[in-house]
Amino acid sequence: MLHRHVNPTPFACPEYGALQDRTIIIRGKQEVSGSRYPLWNWRQVLLVMMVAIIGLSGSGFSSVASAAGQAAAQQITSVNNDVPTDESESSLVPAPKPERSDYPNIGVSSRSLVWVIAQMHLFFGALVLAVPIFVLVIELIGFRTKDDRYDDMAHEFMKISLTAYAITALFGGALTLCLFLFYPDLMTYMTTRVFGAQMLVYATLFFLESLLLYVYYYGWYALRYGNRKWIHLTLGLLLNAVGTTLLVVANSWTTFMMAPSGIDAAGAVVGNIWEVMRGPLWNPLNLHRFIANIAFGGAVVGAYAAFKFLCAKTAAEKAHYDWMGYTSNFIAILAFLPLPFAGYWLMAEIYAYSQQMGILAMGGILAWLFVIQAVLICTILFAGNYYLWSGMARTEGSQRYRWLIKYIAAVLVLGFLVWVTPHNIIFSTDELARLGGSNHSVLGPLGIMPAKNIAVFLMLIFTFLSFQIYRRADKVITVSWERWANALMIAIYIVASMNVIFAGIYYGYFTNTVYKVGSSVMQVGSTLVVIVSGVVIDTFLFKGAKTLPVSWGKISGRSQYALFALPVAFTWLMALMGYVRSSVRTHWHVYAVMKDNSSDNFIPTLKHVGNMVTFTTVLFLMFLLFIFWVANLSGVKQVPGLGLANRAAAEGVA
Amino acid sequence: MTVLIKTLGFSLALMLIFTVVTYVLPQMKGEAPEDRDVDVAALTMESFISLGEELYLGKGTCTLCHNDLGRAPDLLALNVVNTSLKRIGDPFYQGHAMDAAGYLRESMLDPDVFVVRGFGKKGSDDTESPMSAIDKPPIQLSDVEISAIIAFLQAKDGNPVTVALPAQTPASLVAADEKTEPIKPMLAQNGKEAIAKYACAACHAILDTEAAIGPGLNDVGKRLSIDQIRESVIAPNAVIVEGYPPVMPDLSGTMVVKELELIVRFLAEQTGDQP
Repeated sequence: MLHRHVNPTPFACPEYGALQDRTIIIRGKQEVSGSRYPLWNWRQVLLVMMVAIIGLSGSGFSSVASAAGQAAAQQITSVNNDVPTDESESSLVPAPKPERSDYPNIGVSSRSLVWVIAQMHLFFGALVLAVPIFVLVIELIGFRTKDDRYDDMAHEFMKISLTAYAITALFGGALTLCLFLFYPDLMTYMTTRVFGAQMLVYATLFFLESLLLYVYYYGWYALRYGNRKWIHLTLGLLLNAVGTTLLVVANSWTTFMMAPSGIDAAGAVVGNIWEVMRGPLWNPLNLHRFIANIAFGGAVVGAYAAFKFLCAKTAAEKAHYDWMGYTSNFIAILAFLPLPFAGYWLMAEIYAYSQQMGILAMGGILAWLFVIQAVLICTILFAGNYYLWSGMARTEGSQRYRWLIKYIAAVLVLGFLVWVTPHNIIFSTDELARLGGSNHSVLGPLGIMPAKNIAVFLMLIFTFLSFQIYRRADKVITVSWERWANALMIAIYIVASMNVIFAGIYYGYFTNTVYKVGSSVMQVGSTLVVIVSGVVIDTFLFKGAKTLPVSWGKISGRSQYALFALPVAFTWLMALMGYVRSSVRTHWHVYAVMKDNSSDNFIPTLKHVGNMVTFTTVLFLMFLLFIFWVANLSGVKQVPGLGLANRAAAEGVA
Repeated sequence: MTVLIKTLGFSLALMLIFTVVTYVLPQMKGEAPEDRDVDVAALTMESFISLGEELYLGKGTCTLCHNDLGRAPDLLALNVVNTSLKRIGDPFYQGHAMDAAGYLRESMLDPDVFVVRGFGKKGSDDTESPMSAIDKPPIQLSDVEISAIIAFLQAKDGNPVTVALPAQTPASLVAADEKTEPIKPMLAQNGKEAIAKYACAACHAILDTEAAIGPGLNDVGKRLSIDQIRESVIAPNAVIVEGYPPVMPDLSGTMVVKELELIVRFLAEQTGDQP
C-alpha cells in the first residue's frame, strides 16, 4: 500500500497572487414589483467614488493629528533639552527585550485570546466604519432624486451600525485590557515611547466619532428636508472623515509593527510622530482596508436583505428586500473589483521593504494560505456572478445576453482551477514515475505566480462582463452608433484579455524571476482599462435609452444564498489575510526591533489557523444575528389586546 | 425559523468547507529560533560544518531565496568556492576579498558589494541587493555562525575548509534546533562509507548484509529512478513499500548534502547485476 504525503518543506510551497481582506445596510418603504426600485446608474457609481475619495482625504486629518502629536513631542523634546545629560539620554531608550518569564501566564494561550478579541474588534470596526460611507451616498442619492425610499433605507442601515458600534467599542476595550495584561512590555513601548500623544488624539477622535454618530442617527428625521438636509449631510461627511482618520491612525500601529520607521536599530525613537506613522506599508494598508471595509459591509448588508427576502410574506416585501439585496451586492462587488490592485500594491511594498518578509508570505511557510485564499475569492466571485445572472430574470431584456453566461462561467471555473493548482507536491513513487518528476509537465507551470495572475485578472475582467450585461439587460439602446460602441467594447475585452495572457506568459516564463512582478503592472492596467472604458462607453450608450420593466422580487430563493456566501467568504477571508499580514513578522513584536519571546512566538499549523478563523467567523455571525434581531425589535410594538405588531402599523392603529 | 435554520446551516457548511481545506493542506509549524549555548571548545570541523548546514537550512533562512526558483543564485547547486573566485575577478566586483571565504563573508555582511546580474533590486541596475545583512536583525547571525555557514558552503562540494574553528567560547551561540547533536563523525568520502556511516545495512539488505526490516537495496537502481531514491532518503515516510513498517528514521537533520548524493548515486548503481 502506498501512502501519499505532501512535502513538509517550505520549498514545496506554491507561489500565489496576493489579494486581501475586509464594510453596510438597507430598508425602505415596501412597494410592489416594477421598475420603481431603480438600478444604480453610473452617476451614482461616481458618487460612491467621490465619497470614497472624500473618505480617504480623512487621512488629511491624520496629518493634523500627527502634527498635534508632533507638536507635543517637540515640546517634550525642548523640555528635555533644558535638563542635563541623563534626561536627554533617556529619550533614546531602546525597545525592551522581554524574556519568556516577563509574559504573564494565566493558563490559556494569550495569543489565541487576543487573536479572537482583536479579530472581533476588527470585524465590527470594519462594519461601523464602512456603513456610514455608503449610507451617506444613499442619503445623498435620496436627496438628489427626492425619493424617500433611499432615505429610509439609509436610516435603517444606520440603526444596525449603531448597535454594532457599541459592540465594537466593547471588543476594543477588552482588546486593550488583554494587550496590556498579556503583553505589558510591548504595550508600554508602543504607548509611552513610540506613539505617545498620538494615542490621546485617537481617544479624542473616538469620542468625536461617537458624538457625530449619535447626532447623525438621532437627528435624521429632525434634519430631513430642505436646507436642514445639508446640515445632516455635512454631519455624515464629518462622521466619515473622523471614522476614516480613526482607521488610518490605528493602521499606523499595525504597520509600525510590520515595518517600523522613525526609530533606530535598537528601537529608540529618533523621529517625530509623523515619521513613526508614515512607514512604507501605511498607505497601502490604508487603501486596502478602506476598500475592503466597503466590500465587507456591502456583503454583510446583503445577507440581511437576503434573510428578510426569504422571510417575506408579501410581494411588496419581496420586492423591497430584493432591491436591497441587489444594492448590497452592487456595493460589495463594486468595491471588491479594485481590491486586488490594492492588495498587489501592499504586497509589492512588503517585498520592497523586505524581500525575506515578502517571500515568507508568498513562497514560504505562509504560502499555502493562498490556496485557501484562492478558494475564498473564487467563492466570492462565483456567488457574485451567480447572483447577477439570477437577477437577470427580473427583466425580459436579459434574454439578449444570457448566451454569454456559459462562457463567463467557463472562464471562472478555469480560473479557479488554475488558481488552486499548487506548484509542487510530493506524490507516491508510482505517481512520480507516471508524472516523470515532482512537477507535472503541464500542470506544474500553473503552480507559479504568473499563471495565478492570468487566472485572477481574467476572472476579474469576466466578472465585470457579468456586471455590464446585467446593467444592459433592462436597457434598449437608441443611439445610432451603438454597433460601433459595441465593436469597440468587444475589441477592448479581447485586447485586454490577450494582454493579460501575454504579459503573464512572457514575464512569468521567459524572464528572470525578479522581473516576474513586471507582468502585474500590464495586467492591472489592462483590467482597469476594461472597467473604466466599460463604465464610460455605457454611460454614453445609455443616454436616451429606453428602460424595460424590472420585476423586483422576481428572483429565485436559491439566488439569495449567494448573498449569504458573500459575507461568510468575506469574513473568513478577512480573518485569514489579517492573520497572514500579522504572521509575516514571525517571532517579532516589532519586526527586526523587538523580539516576541512569549510561548506563542511560533507560526501555527494551517489547521489551527483554520479553526481559529472559523471560530471567530461563527462568533461574528452570532453577534450579527443579535444585531439584526435588535434592529428589528425596535420596529416592534406591543399593543394591548393585539400582542406584538409592527410599530408603524401599531401607531397607525393607535 | 425554517429560514433561520436553512441560512445558518448553509453558512456553517460553507465555513466547514473552508476549514476542511486547511486540514488537507500540508501542516507546517514555523518555530522561532531558540538561543542555545554551544561548547565551542568541543567543536570539531565536522560538527562545525554540520552546524553551518543547520544554520543555512534553518535560522539563516538562506534557502528562502537561494533555491531553484530563481530568486537568488542556488548555492546548493553551485560550486560556491569556484564561483566566488570568479566573482572576485569580475570587473564589477567592488569588494576587498582575496579568497573565497573572504568573498562569502563579505557577501553576507554587505550584500551590495557584488550583486549577481539579474538579481538586484528592481530599478537599481543590479547595484543594490535585496538581501539584508545577516549579522543584523531579523536574521542576526553571530560571527561564529557566519563562519560555520562559510565552512559548510566550502565543504559541501568537497573543497577544503579554510575558516578556522572558533578559538574561544562565545557567550551565546544560537542554533536552530535544540535536538541537534553538537559533534558529528567525519564526512563520508564515498557511497559505501556513507551507507556504513548511517547504518543503512542494519535494516536493508545492501553490500554484504541480509537485513530484512526494510526492502532490499541490492537491486534498487533497477526499481527506482535516481529522484525516487533521493526522495526515499529525504522523506522516508512519503512512500512505504507494502509489507514493511514505517520505521526508517528521518536523516534530513543529520545527513549533509554531499553524503546524500554519495548514497543516492551509489544506490542508483545497485541494479542486482553486480558480482
